[in-house]
Amino acid sequence: MTASAFRPLSGYSEPMGIVKYMGKRLLTLIPVLLGITIVAFLLGTGAPGDPVEAILNRDGTQIVSPEEYEIVKERLGLNDPIPIQYIKWLRNAMTGELGQSFFTNKDIREQMAYRLPYTVRLALLGLGMTVVFGIGAGMVMAIYKDRWPDRILRTITTVMLSVPGFWIAILMILIFVEQLKWLPTSGLNGWKSYIMPGITVSVSTIGVCARLTRTSVLDELGRQYVTVASAKGMNARLVAIRHVLPNALIPITTFLGNYFAGILGGSTIAEVIFNIPGIGNYAIDAVKSRDYFVVQAYVLFTAMVYVVMTILIDLIYLAVNPKIRAGERVE
Amino acid sequence: MMKRQKTENQIRTDQDKIKIDAGHVMAALLLVFILLVSLFAPLLAPYDPYQLDMRHALEPPCAAHLLGTDAIGRDVLSRIMYGGRQSLLLAAAATGLSMTLGCIIGMIAGYFGGKTDLVITAVSNVFQGIPGMTMMIAIAGLMGSGVTSMLLALVITSWVGFSRLVRGEVMKLKQEYFVEGLKGLGAGNMRILLLHIGPNLIGSILIIFATRIASAMLSVASLSFLGLGLQPPTPDWGVMISDARTHFRQVPMLAIAPGVMIVLLSLSINILADALRDRLDVRADVVKGD
Repeated sequence: MTASAFRPLSGYSEPMGIVKYMGKRLLTLIPVLLGITIVAFLLGTGAPGDPVEAILNRDGTQIVSPEEYEIVKERLGLNDPIPIQYIKWLRNAMTGELGQSFFTNKDIREQMAYRLPYTVRLALLGLGMTVVFGIGAGMVMAIYKDRWPDRILRTITTVMLSVPGFWIAILMILIFVEQLKWLPTSGLNGWKSYIMPGITVSVSTIGVCARLTRTSVLDELGRQYVTVASAKGMNARLVAIRHVLPNALIPITTFLGNYFAGILGGSTIAEVIFNIPGIGNYAIDAVKSRDYFVVQAYVLFTAMVYVVMTILIDLIYLAVNPKIRAGERVE
Repeated sequence: MMKRQKTENQIRTDQDKIKIDAGHVMAALLLVFILLVSLFAPLLAPYDPYQLDMRHALEPPCAAHLLGTDAIGRDVLSRIMYGGRQSLLLAAAATGLSMTLGCIIGMIAGYFGGKTDLVITAVSNVFQGIPGMTMMIAIAGLMGSGVTSMLLALVITSWVGFSRLVRGEVMKLKQEYFVEGLKGLGAGNMRILLLHIGPNLIGSILIIFATRIASAMLSVASLSFLGLGLQPPTPDWGVMISDARTHFRQVPMLAIAPGVMIVLLSLSINILADALRDRLDVRADVVKGD
């Protein structure tokens, strides 16, 4: 643990370690991905209610003939046993064929392709804000431990943990749109319209990230190499930037995936409030009309985005953690 | 012997000195206050939280209605007093269930290891692979909004947090000599797990429990806000904010008041969880919350 801290971070790599590590990571992902597809599928099929009835008898006033019922049921593939239905669904999903919405009859794939970029953009913005403000605030807190910047930021970050995103959104609308008239309320016109949604999705993760950074940096500051570096007469700020931050970042990167999950899930709320046509908004409409195929696709896509992001974060982790690059065992 | 006694005493006095922090006391008082008001809402509320009065709709705060009235003339203060009851109960019940489930699963995985652990870890990875809010929206939405589906949604998304922690701690603890000793004395697995390993976990579990209740409250509020949780006309803070969406620009109080309550409640819980964490000296990254 301490050995790596002395090593310089750059100019040190051993490709075998990386390949092996990534290979292992990808292998463990396969069962997770399969599991996610099963859960996504079951969420649709396991839900109460009869999709056939829902399609044929939308307003609950028509009388559905048994023949008609059978035709639709066959068309939806609901006569097959559940495992067969799952395999068919999975095969279709892998080729991108997600079926049609029960209600709007629109192709789900097209809808997803149109909507996904909005959600991903918003989630990435949220992650970016979390990294910048969370790590920034955490560093400041650690450097000024127990002095006033630390106290103030600690209070602010604890409040951030306790505030529901949707309420922050409403407060921001009241202040920045109604009172100050600085920002547009909804719709997407330029970067300004991303400010409020961005804050909405990241407010709590900024709080969590800042607190984690604070502990992590303080842990690192207590290590021997910091004492050694200061004893050698190295400038305190230089120690902090050159040695402490890179090491403190390692545990933080492992949590970025968790933060991203929170942000991605929370983007639904921002999408609804600010009228962003992302997949979350799509899902809320679908859920209200029990549009199973759409909900399945929503769960599947959100999870996929999340899993892809975890892999990317792993690569970052790899880039900042010399131990893995060297192929060492990491606990 | 004497010397050792002395150091132990010193440690104890040092611990006692650990700040009776003013902030912690305020948080505790606030929490007790909110809980008492929620509990005794039927006695304290000036009006029936369901009673409409169209002639006095959207009134600003006045003597008769200290926080004004909502779009159909219901007294906002009375609804605020009732507004925490359902979501608090729901959050506590869901977190309690998740804790029980997570502890059982985590103990089994950590203690027995091997294939059992492999399967359990794989399953928890799957559940962690789906963002919590996404899962909750899907479950609460498809099962229809209601208390049972929200309970299910909350438990399904939060048992992993507990089981991960318990698994890790049990794996560490079972290496300890006292476990080996107990085995040597012929103690059964159940006995070791429940009577000897279990008590060591209480501190960290308690901290997660507290932070989880706070986040479960926020989840319930979010679901209610989206229309997938508690339903109108239930007097509930999340529902109230959702109701306020059409009128909050004219009457900001309708959205601000219930939001302040949500923040105060979860803030006081979070502060107390932090205090507990400092007291028990559990590392923050062991108890990561989400």
